[in-house]
Amino acid sequence: MTYVKPTFRHPGLKKNKVGFTKADYQGAISTLCAGCGHDSISGAIVQACYELSVEPHKLAKISGIGCSSKTPTYFLSNSHGFNSVHGRMPSVTTGANMANRDLIFLGVSGDGDTASIGMGQFCHAVRRNLNMVYIVMNNGCYGLTKGQDSATADFGSVSKAGKTPTTFQAIDLAGLALELGATFVARSFSGDKTQLVPLIKAGMSHPGFAFIDCISPCVTFNNNKGSTKAYDYVREHIESTSSLDFVPFQEEINVEYVEGSSTDVTLHDGSKMHLSKLSPNWNPTDRNSAVNRMQVAKTNGEVLTGLLYIDPESTELHDLMGTTDVPLNTLREDVLCPGSEALEKINASFR
Amino acid sequence: MMKELSTVNDMVIRFANVNGTGSASANDIFSKAIFRMGIPVSPKNIFPSNIQGLPTWYEVRINEDGYLGRRAGIDMLVGVNPQSQVKDIASVRPGGYYLYDSTKKLHAEYIREDIHYIGIPMMQLSMDNYEIPRMQQLFKNMIYVGTMAALIDIEMEVIKNIIREQFPTKEKLWPPNFKALDLGYDFAKANYTCPLHIRVERRDKVGDSILIEGNNATALGAIYGGATVAGWYPITPSTSVVKAFETYCKKLRKDPKTGKNNYAIVQAEDELAAMGMVIGAAWNGARAFTATSGPGVSLMSEFIGLAYFAEIPVVLYNIQRGGPSTGMPTRTQQPDIFSAAYASHGDTKHILLFPSTPTECFEMAAECFDLADRFQTPVIMMSDLDLGMNSHMTAPLKWDDNKKYDLGKVLSADELEKMAKYGRYLDVDGDGICYRTIPGTHPTKGSFFTRGTSRDEYAKYTEDGSVYVQVVDRIAKKWETAKQYVPAPEFYQKEKRSNKGILFFGTSTYAAIEAMDLLTKEGIVFDAMRIKALPFNQSVEDFIEQHEAIFVVEQNRDAQFRSVIINELETNPKKLIKVLNYDGSPITADTIMEKIKASLEISQKNSVSNKMS
Repeated sequence: MTYVKPTFRHPGLKKNKVGFTKADYQGAISTLCAGCGHDSISGAIVQACYELSVEPHKLAKISGIGCSSKTPTYFLSNSHGFNSVHGRMPSVTTGANMANRDLIFLGVSGDGDTASIGMGQFCHAVRRNLNMVYIVMNNGCYGLTKGQDSATADFGSVSKAGKTPTTFQAIDLAGLALELGATFVARSFSGDKTQLVPLIKAGMSHPGFAFIDCISPCVTFNNNKGSTKAYDYVREHIESTSSLDFVPFQEEINVEYVEGSSTDVTLHDGSKMHLSKLSPNWNPTDRNSAVNRMQVAKTNGEVLTGLLYIDPESTELHDLMGTTDVPLNTLREDVLCPGSEALEKINASFR
Repeated sequence: MMKELSTVNDMVIRFANVNGTGSASANDIFSKAIFRMGIPVSPKNIFPSNIQGLPTWYEVRINEDGYLGRRAGIDMLVGVNPQSQVKDIASVRPGGYYLYDSTKKLHAEYIREDIHYIGIPMMQLSMDNYEIPRMQQLFKNMIYVGTMAALIDIEMEVIKNIIREQFPTKEKLWPPNFKALDLGYDFAKANYTCPLHIRVERRDKVGDSILIEGNNATALGAIYGGATVAGWYPITPSTSVVKAFETYCKKLRKDPKTGKNNYAIVQAEDELAAMGMVIGAAWNGARAFTATSGPGVSLMSEFIGLAYFAEIPVVLYNIQRGGPSTGMPTRTQQPDIFSAAYASHGDTKHILLFPSTPTECFEMAAECFDLADRFQTPVIMMSDLDLGMNSHMTAPLKWDDNKKYDLGKVLSADELEKMAKYGRYLDVDGDGICYRTIPGTHPTKGSFFTRGTSRDEYAKYTEDGSVYVQVVDRIAKKWETAKQYVPAPEFYQKEKRSNKGILFFGTSTYAAIEAMDLLTKEGIVFDAMRIKALPFNQSVEDFIEQHEAIFVVEQNRDAQFRSVIINELETNPKKLIKVLNYDGSPITADTIMEKIKASLEISQKNSVSNKMS
């Protein structure tokens, strides 16, 4: 069953620009295992939406099947949610997005959901540059069915359920997304909220497919010694491309950066990302350098996190297709139905 | 002694062509010319699963009595494909005609004593008059159209007008086409007695009908019905639905001010994704559809179950083809009755509509959206290859400009504002249908979590058995409610006149009506019913109840429709007699007649032997 949190709110809670407190962005109490990385990501989503002043009903949260896909119940209870079928979140989100281009679409998936059963749909959502944020809560295993290795489990990694080292190569979803032409690619860690929150905010402001591969340890089946998706392992091997701040459009910039080591990326809507570069020889707007940097990290055994690549000139699917500016779901017969006169002409063309 | 055929406006002509040689447009001109002479015509494409090179046929039935079903027996074969010559010659009925390209002499062993041969040096004429090889090929097609005009007496001016209309802005294309027509026409006139004993003659028997493919009409239905989102994956014979939708959208659905699209069409990566897109769009308040065929329905089945259980209004046009598996992808059947009616795992059943003409394709394609929105469930329109990919003479498409879309029970922001507590799956009205909300409607009210798992009336996850039963029983109640909304069957008699009934649906209709007329002439009278929808309305149940024996005509091996009747109405299987055709060709009146008569003879013998014993 789903647990419901009390709706009482302290009157003194701080409200954001659209009049909501942070508590208004929360969801039901999580039924995931205590310490699950996914709950931290849910927390980061709540934080990001509150800070960005997203109107909750203007966001749709859509997921597939699995532990990760359960999380949309645990955040944004004032948003419509859709827990669809295994591996098919991208297509459902595509359709939902076609119906109303004005909403923010937040897709939540897992490594089984995305890298195995839903691999095809993931790839095609990337290449269409569907306007959405796509978060993979990546723990390298199938939690709900008791810990089988997933396709993102690293070669040689040992899970509690598997006990023997993984014999297959891992699928690197961030690398794949880059290869497929994704316009926003990031990797993060559920334990690094200071990095994850601005990444989610930037992803929501990005017009196009914003992919965040978020390593999120499974405390029950894959947090043991020998696992490369365990808290300890990730903390020991984490490397960041940059430290990151997201500054929404028209908000005053008051962060100071050491000259020479920081980069600004301006997004379509005028928002800015300040990246204090920690990685040398890497340019966030150059796909080749991102691919190269990721390969270097792989060779060095680093878990590279942060924003990896962004295309500031991204054109999302609706603009590629030439869809009208108003949401299609608001159009009615007066606009949609060509009427009997037009039909008479059509009839005549078939005589 | 050769048998002489002598008929006016009653014949079957078959064109044997090579796929990819431009014959389709010449053949269309031929059919349209007959149609414009006021004579009912029914063309059928018989084509292989191939792009170029393999044999393809185009069979035209001309019948002034208006029988439009396929008829066996070819009166005249226009053979422009050497590859299929042996088979083609063998297919002509005794006394019939074989028209061939005499540029190469016909081999002696191809000569049958019981048919007429008409040789026209088509390729020679074309090569003598046109220089570019591709043109020689294309105009060869017009040469045989011209020859046919002379042989069966088609009005030449009618043909020329069709060509003028085909190229309204390219007048320079007219003379070379007219020249090709004349080459064929003049050669036939000079060398054969024209017209032949089988010929056409102007009539006034088509009224205001149109000649249109079912898939074209289906696409127009989607446009008039307000579809804005299409997710699809190419599969024969459904592809032309979405292609036509796109073509008409470009003409009819551009915003007049901005020129932007009031529609979104996404070619998906597979049928699963296509259905996922439709579900996502419909969930988010747009009217959305996909078009597919049998294999696509199989792939979409998991998602169809989600839409059924989560109560999302999706529309699917299933243009059926020969199964199972890849089956006969370019041949017609009605083999998806089971897989559509009960698509997906668990207890599921879906509203099906069965159009039998392009006019009904148009009407039902639009109606699907009202039904889907009203019942918040998948609605599947069951067309087929014969209906979808062939032109049919049919009543003109009509639309009532006062019609408003029935969007069903959807709450507005104001309505939500006034509500104390919203429950997505609360049966407030007692008809099994609950109130939906569309994402983005109200800042704090009406949001809920859509899921394929079991949930309570407030959309909260539950595994409580009694709550689950309440939910699935309520969904079943919608099925009962739907019986009053889906199209009622058509009856072909004012009152009961026989204890025997005949029941049919979809494209078996043409042949069934013809068979009934033929049987009536022999003194065998039936009451007839054409079913248009599942669930079955009360009148379907009554008809079955009121007749002792009912012949169920359908185009699949396992009599699937009959099984659905037995399953849904608990009818005694013994009173439902199978009349089946599943060779991939449209069913004929002769087939129906033969099977019914054979069955009647058996039952007569049985009753005689019963009496004797």
